[in-house]
Amino acid sequence: MSENIEKKLATVKYNCDVHCHLHPNQADCLICESKCCEYVCPAHVYEWSEERQELMVNFENCLECGACKIACEKKSLGWEYPKGTKGVIFKQG
Amino acid sequence: METTTDVIVVGGGPAGISAAITIARAGLKVILIERGRFSGAKNVFGGAIYTKPTKEIFPDFETSAPLERKNIMHKYAILGEEDSTVVSYNNKNAEASSYTVIRAKFDRWMADEAKKAGVIIVEETVVKELIVEEGFVVGVKTELEDIGAKLVILADGVNSLLARQIGLRDDIETKDVALSVKEVIKLDKEKINDRFNLEDGEGCVYQLFGGSMLGKLGLGFLYTNENSVSIGLGITLNELTENKITPYELLEGIKKHPTIAPLIKGGELLEYSAHLIPEGGYKKIPQLCANGVMIAGDAAMLVDNLHWEGTNLAMISGKLAAETAIEAIEKNDFSEECLSAYSEKLENSFILKDLKAYRFLMEAAHDRRESFFGYYFKKINEFFESFTSVDSIPKREKYWNFLKNFVIGRNILEIFKDIWGVLKILWGIIVP
Repeated sequence: MSENIEKKLATVKYNCDVHCHLHPNQADCLICESKCCEYVCPAHVYEWSEERQELMVNFENCLECGACKIACEKKSLGWEYPKGTKGVIFKQG
Repeated sequence: METTTDVIVVGGGPAGISAAITIARAGLKVILIERGRFSGAKNVFGGAIYTKPTKEIFPDFETSAPLERKNIMHKYAILGEEDSTVVSYNNKNAEASSYTVIRAKFDRWMADEAKKAGVIIVEETVVKELIVEEGFVVGVKTELEDIGAKLVILADGVNSLLARQIGLRDDIETKDVALSVKEVIKLDKEKINDRFNLEDGEGCVYQLFGGSMLGKLGLGFLYTNENSVSIGLGITLNELTENKITPYELLEGIKKHPTIAPLIKGGELLEYSAHLIPEGGYKKIPQLCANGVMIAGDAAMLVDNLHWEGTNLAMISGKLAAETAIEAIEKNDFSEECLSAYSEKLENSFILKDLKAYRFLMEAAHDRRESFFGYYFKKINEFFESFTSVDSIPKREKYWNFLKNFVIGRNILEIFKDIWGVLKILWGIIVP
């Protein structure tokens, strides 16, 4: 992750869940050509690991915008809101 | 279902709160369910709220709501690679048409007003799905319990998973939403006043064209708050997927532009945020009601992106949905037919009239984005560069050169396509 986005995300307050609310279909990710979730996500939640051949999901950084679900080339990204008490807490929105 | 009420409103933003408070004021029972820790915790906008529509819901908000600055200055800046052309409209003495607000404070204030009016607000609760019985929406399933109601108003925001669940709309496409990223940058009040030529309490709004988004369907914005500046952009999602760029890189580009950088210099980043903006326009508005349910605000794609209006459409659509709900409860008729009065109310209001007037806008903007958002912006800056340079070249020669380059730089067929696009937009505006 670039230093630039890391610094930005450090300003965001979260109440992180231990359970992930984003569910990529890894079989689809494996054959997905664009892997566009890697760059449409404003919080750099997604990163393809060549080594593990798997889409890594840093869901703790999620800003809950929904861009990944809409952009997903395979239309197979399971996306739900974090539990009521969890997720991002914007203070300056 | 153990708990029942007259109306359940899902989502505690401007649409949901306006709906809920209108229903409570009519003496009916209403439960508003918000997934955030408080109203505003999940919300992001530019932004400014608009005075007149806000007064329709909260007549005294100007004296009691947490407002940042009254906007008296509107600037439109076309950013080139390093130059810019700026048009500014100012009126210090006019009635305030808009105020900047921080949503975490303002939405919370609205929610408190709703509580005072008798709305039961349930926070930190996600509605998992709508309960449908015999073709009618009769309640909601939350994480903890099922709640029954005569009617449900969906004001659950741009992603509206619930509208999708019951088939009121299709999946959203990438060209129908813009991704917005924003930074709120702390700056002293005096510094803001000096840099933007303002006095205490006065605000300035910048609309930013071009820059790092030259040729792309995206715009930047800058708003002054009391002790901070909000800077951000909205870019259509398909621009990101097609160009393989990240939204925060684009924002860095805007922040570094020589016209913008001095305005935010030395400021401390308070918060970074992101949100989707529904920008599909008139043709992408979902079905607005069904048996036992209505849909308002962002969830109904009610955004007038040309004028940067969204919260006002949300508030008024929420109010109209509430008025329809009140009538339906009086008649004890919750059928789609009865609730279609809500669609009619929207049709007769500025909301659908405006969106309909701009019905060809997004199509043309998508088709001609490279020229509308690129070529012509470049030419405007080039014109002023030539107009302001003193270089002993005769002026007539300069004008001819500009015209010649204008035509050479653009295939004649493309120019005709651009003109056709503009005519189509104008046709939509003039002809109902």
